[in-house]
Amino acid sequence: MNPAMVRITVNGEPREFPDGLSLLGLLERFALDPRAVVVELNRAIVRRAELEQTPVRTGDQVEVVHFVGGG
Amino acid sequence: MSLASVRDTPLTIAGRTFRSRLIVGTGKYRDNATMVAAHDASGADMITVAVRRVDLDRTKEAGILHHIDPTRYFLLANTAGCYTADDAIRYARLAREAGFNEFIKLEVIGDQQTLLPDVAELLTATQVLVKEGFTVLAYTNEDLVTALRLEDAGCAAVMPLASPIGSGLGLLNPYAIRTIKHRLSVPIIVDAGVGTASDACVTMEQGVDGILMNTAIAEAADAVAMAQAMRQAVEAGRLAFLAGRMPRREVAVPSSPVTGLLT
Repeated sequence: MNPAMVRITVNGEPREFPDGLSLLGLLERFALDPRAVVVELNRAIVRRAELEQTPVRTGDQVEVVHFVGGG
Repeated sequence: MSLASVRDTPLTIAGRTFRSRLIVGTGKYRDNATMVAAHDASGADMITVAVRRVDLDRTKEAGILHHIDPTRYFLLANTAGCYTADDAIRYARLAREAGFNEFIKLEVIGDQQTLLPDVAELLTATQVLVKEGFTVLAYTNEDLVTALRLEDAGCAAVMPLASPIGSGLGLLNPYAIRTIKHRLSVPIIVDAGVGTASDACVTMEQGVDGILMNTAIAEAADAVAMAQAMRQAVEAGRLAFLAGRMPRREVAVPSSPVTGLLT
């Protein structure tokens, strides 16, 4: 039997993860250092300290951004 | 400046002092090693960065902090690519959350072809961000009234363009830039349009407090050499401004004595 999954959008792309995943867990899945990125959940910024306690739920829109070259 | 006869104060924005009057970007470099060397040659201590989505599949590693030491450089995040106040506010909040500082180079574009600013949206975004405690450095056109409104709205620095972003056309309206400098109290940083060292020098000779540039260095055939040229041009222009230029005359005035000539 398949474990329950959550369907979310990360940086504009649909993704599926096992239920119960936190935002910190999401970053770990992409091998991202939480100190090097900023996370937005449904348009609201989630502080680094809160990433671990914040679960992702089906329908969530997640944005993960960082600094790139610019003028 | 080390000359005894000329006293200058360092560039200070919202109480923070910078050694260099040149602010440089991190975009469009051939490679990261060139960028790092160019930053070093420029003498700048403030550099701009942009906020973008992480490439989750890591087809390319775009993160700039792998190549820039944030203990050496003050990071000035921008809102480049934003066309509305709401978008710019969102980007500014994300940038601040990265945890470096509360400075934001606020940029709200109004036209895709010229990348000229949407000043109504810019003012709206400024008002919101100032209220939220941001130190706002607003990229704007060279319009005095807009610059005055931005200062009234609480901008820590106003950054009029020399010419459109990435155009390299140089300082198109020195009169407008001088007027803005004369009328505002906050630092004036000319942002965008400088193409080569002479442009930077002429811009600094208008008396502005600094210049922000990216493409002129990044797209030079030798970016590192151009970075050094820009450093020298900014210093030369500043020194010439402080020195006070001679008046312009419509007639010639001989430099050698007009007496004692042979008959």
